[in-house]
Amino acid sequence: MTYDVSIWAIAIFITFVALVLALSFYFARKTKSASGYYAAGGKIHWGVNGIAFAGDYLSAASFLGICGMIAFSGYDGFLYSIGYLAGWVVALFIVAEPLKRLGKYTFTDALDARFNSKSIKLAASGSTLIVSVFYLIPQMVGAGDLVVPLLGLPHWIGVVIVGSIVIFIVATAGMTSTTYVQFIKGALLIIFSTILTIYILNNGLNLKPGGNYHKFVSVGVVFEDGNLAGTTDPSYTLKDIHTLDGGLTFASLERDGIVNWYKLSPDSTFLEEMLSATVADDGTKLYNGEPKSAGKFYQVGHLTKIVVDGEEVEETGPLGPFKFLSTLENTEIARFTRKEIKAARTTVWYQEPTPGSDMIKPGLLYKISAKAGANFWTKLNFVSLMLALFFGTSALPHILIRYYTVPSQSAARKSTIVAIAAIGFFYILTMYMGLGAAINGVLDVESSNMSGPLLAKYFGVGLFSLISAIAFATVLGTVAGLIVASSGAIAHDFLDKYLNRKMDDRQKVRAGKMAAFGVGIFAILLGILFKGMNVSFLVGLAFAVAASANLPAILFLLFWDKTTAKGIAWSIVTGIVSSVGIILLSPTMYEKYGLDKALAPIPLDNPGIISIPLAVIVLVVVSLITQKDNVNKVENYHLDS
Amino acid sequence: MHGPAAKLGADNAAAKKAKLGVILFFVYLIIYSGFVVIGLYDPDLMGAHVLGKQNLAIVYGFGLIILAVVMGFIYNAACTRMENKMNNKQGR
Repeated sequence: MTYDVSIWAIAIFITFVALVLALSFYFARKTKSASGYYAAGGKIHWGVNGIAFAGDYLSAASFLGICGMIAFSGYDGFLYSIGYLAGWVVALFIVAEPLKRLGKYTFTDALDARFNSKSIKLAASGSTLIVSVFYLIPQMVGAGDLVVPLLGLPHWIGVVIVGSIVIFIVATAGMTSTTYVQFIKGALLIIFSTILTIYILNNGLNLKPGGNYHKFVSVGVVFEDGNLAGTTDPSYTLKDIHTLDGGLTFASLERDGIVNWYKLSPDSTFLEEMLSATVADDGTKLYNGEPKSAGKFYQVGHLTKIVVDGEEVEETGPLGPFKFLSTLENTEIARFTRKEIKAARTTVWYQEPTPGSDMIKPGLLYKISAKAGANFWTKLNFVSLMLALFFGTSALPHILIRYYTVPSQSAARKSTIVAIAAIGFFYILTMYMGLGAAINGVLDVESSNMSGPLLAKYFGVGLFSLISAIAFATVLGTVAGLIVASSGAIAHDFLDKYLNRKMDDRQKVRAGKMAAFGVGIFAILLGILFKGMNVSFLVGLAFAVAASANLPAILFLLFWDKTTAKGIAWSIVTGIVSSVGIILLSPTMYEKYGLDKALAPIPLDNPGIISIPLAVIVLVVVSLITQKDNVNKVENYHLDS
Repeated sequence: MHGPAAKLGADNAAAKKAKLGVILFFVYLIIYSGFVVIGLYDPDLMGAHVLGKQNLAIVYGFGLIILAVVMGFIYNAACTRMENKMNNKQGR
């Protein structure tokens, strides 16, 4: 897709970044102690912290990823919204207060409070670093994706800009400025998503999504001896025919010197125009038969039928939030499905008419019904995803460290409730933003991540610029939080606590800042390296690793007296190795390696259903074997304290 | 060993609050599991109208989100009451 760069977008973006930097300068002068750097001195108000939680949590995966997934696969994208929010229930009811009581600056502190064990420090700081880095990669990739349409710059410059600004923020001020950046960003994201949803509902359902929407043509066909031989319109010349497994037939036709791809209709009476991307013999990429700059690679996604009270209509006018969903159920939506024609070095996206009722129930992406071809493994994959989402949230280090920025347990609890309310409200909006993008002709079939911002552009460049700048700040804030968590793992958990380097408060802050700088540079390199990789895939990976490595350790520490230091350490290691191992051997990764995905040894993309129980079993077995170690544990940090 | 970043007063209500938290967690877990089980064993049921013209997927999905918020408020109210009573001081 090619995008026009807007002066508005640039102006708003620069203003936003300047605001963030000014805030950092302001708080930099106040941060002198280690407690200030890692935990904002434990003085943040619970209301501010709650919205900052929302800012931390609503990362590129939520705003860009979920909206995009709903736009392309309907309700299955919303499963992520449900799971991500449900994860907060675990955080609120189980983790928030005890963790606040146990820890000082980091998640490792809390785990280690009862044991003072070297093996826990090493395993927990390692898992913090690994989960944070997995989480960092998609944020950086997402930042690069955003900068392309927003500022017209190459992807790698976007990554470098984000990396540099964040290193600056974190290395100057730490958790205080990170918190306020997240607070502002979280609040703005929710406000402008609400405005966008009001636009969507006010616009209602419409068969014509705007003046410039491309009308896809159909051409009649001629068969000779049972074979496709040409078209009924003599201005088209048949060039090439391919029939793929599954019986879909695609043909390329030339007209006025331009070759375009078409799909044969199910009744074999006409060819229907598609979107296509072809790699030409000289290596250049042609979009719909022309270079990208010709602008022929259209934004898509539209309604083909709207039925209201039993009658077909062209448009509905403004609709309420519930009426919008019930009316959408009686529509037909043209979704664009991707297929590779390897022999022609072409990727095509053809129209697939989908009943609106299928868009608002699960099943388009996750095959769970027999009708959609479900089997044991596809169903297990669905359960595994829901499990990892549920248990992943309260095991994410950059979320956990936020509990140390508030003054008391009750403030930790209240800030979690503010977070749940804000995040829950936002996730309900994702349903409308995703469906709105699906039907208003704004989808970029090459980048589902841009669905939300491009929908905003449909309603006006001003709204697009603001939403994009906020989305960019979303990435900025989340990356800052992750880098603070990573620098805490290196400087506080590893150098200070594990290696026992003697450092005064000033040196501790210096070590934290240097670690932040190192992790930041590493993140920039990974962001450039992983360009083009699916953002939500990597975030899912981080959730699964966090749920497997950290959550069994936290829960057993809090609720099972026989838990030992070695049990915790081995459970963390098992969780990391098994979850990352299963992902590396999954069908999706096999496809990325260029291998046949049917050869993958474990036909699961989501590892939680295996790796979480495995980590629990290891924790229980090792703890029971090493009971004698518990004689020396520090008893005063017990639940009843 | 080190203490928390901010000084925390003794919390006599901690054990009772933890117990309530665990109960509420299991209540939510059961309701969340119900959603997963329906998706698994009777996915077509997700398309059935259950409330006005809304299907089960929308009602259950939105319901899970709203329920989390409502349970959060209930939990907070109960915890604040326990803290006030057992720690013998006004709410923070």
